[in-house]
Amino acid sequence: MWKRDEAVRPASGPPQAPAPTPAGPSPVRQEATHGMEREIVNIGKSIVIKGELNGSEDLTIEGQVEGTIQLRDHVLTIGPNGRIKAQVFAKSVVVLGEVTGNVTATDKVDIRDNGSVDGDLVSPRVAIAEGAHFRGSVDMQRKGAAQPAAKPVAAQTNPPQPPVPQVAQRA
Amino acid sequence: MSLLDRLATRRNEAGTEATSPSTPEDPVFATKALRKFLASLLSHEAPSLLDLGPVVGANVTFFGEQLGCKIFVEDFFAALDRHVQGGKLEELPEFLTKRLSQPDGTFDGILCWDLFDYLDRASAQALATELMRLLAPDGALLGFFGNTQSHEVRYTKYIIVDEVNLRYRRYPAARGRQVTLLNRDIIRLFPSLRVSDSFLLQNNTREILFRKLA
Repeated sequence: MWKRDEAVRPASGPPQAPAPTPAGPSPVRQEATHGMEREIVNIGKSIVIKGELNGSEDLTIEGQVEGTIQLRDHVLTIGPNGRIKAQVFAKSVVVLGEVTGNVTATDKVDIRDNGSVDGDLVSPRVAIAEGAHFRGSVDMQRKGAAQPAAKPVAAQTNPPQPPVPQVAQRA
Repeated sequence: MSLLDRLATRRNEAGTEATSPSTPEDPVFATKALRKFLASLLSHEAPSLLDLGPVVGANVTFFGEQLGCKIFVEDFFAALDRHVQGGKLEELPEFLTKRLSQPDGTFDGILCWDLFDYLDRASAQALATELMRLLAPDGALLGFFGNTQSHEVRYTKYIIVDEVNLRYRRYPAARGRQVTLLNRDIIRLFPSLRVSDSFLLQNNTREILFRKLA
């Protein structure tokens, strides 16, 4: 008698590993949660956005975005169909699709299996799954973290020596 | 404070362990040179590291969270596969020369793993020349070299268990090891570096740590 609207889903936490979702009829679909204030916005896989994307809620991208994405205090999920060529700034970034561009997260970057990032990561926490692709640099420096003192263990290393061919220690 | 203590301190600061998704079939072998390589890295403030192997999440955690390194990952094993499968091996030396565009002396440490075993001589020399350029003064370069001929067509991911143990995870490759380099040939690849430490492990892997004079 009642047929559940496919857009209405049970309330849940932030999108961790969303299953691929078909492109909705509108570019940006909001998933109502029966009075819950949390909204999960989904950009469908047929959508192409070029320019600056700003937001103050969690976002899942299954389509293509070129430009800049800023979700300073929220979770950005690049779904398995997502193709991003952008500079990304978010609290957390979960990558299941492809990202070309630098990613900055104040909390965590999580590249899942089959996820791909070609760019530099800046985040205090980075998780890269087996099977993920990554090319670029990772900077996990935490603000205020103790920096290593200058040359504290240099004395433990042997000083550079002239080449000694054919000599090896058996371990 | 010892290196072990410093690593433990950083581990506690990070609140995480550098664990890897282990599988029982992946063997773990001791490493003698890694500890010295880490000591060299930690002698620099905010060290920068170039990893020429496939990205390994546990290693990124280890170097990034525990050691505070800035890590650059460039998977030359995957690049080698692409050249083999595309029938473009003659272009590999030029690719290896141009792929890394960082300025001279960018990296305090370079992890080659066993990449040179899979390269032809021209590619190996091209890459070695580029790595010498990229290594900072007083920086360290760590390479693994097989001591026996192997016909296995597989690469190895080296997953850091701790500073004295590596987990070897094999995975399919487009071609096998090309040649067993003699020590003198390895040294001649890096004429501007000096051998700091050399170890022959029981699994017939030679670990050679090079240093660039300050």
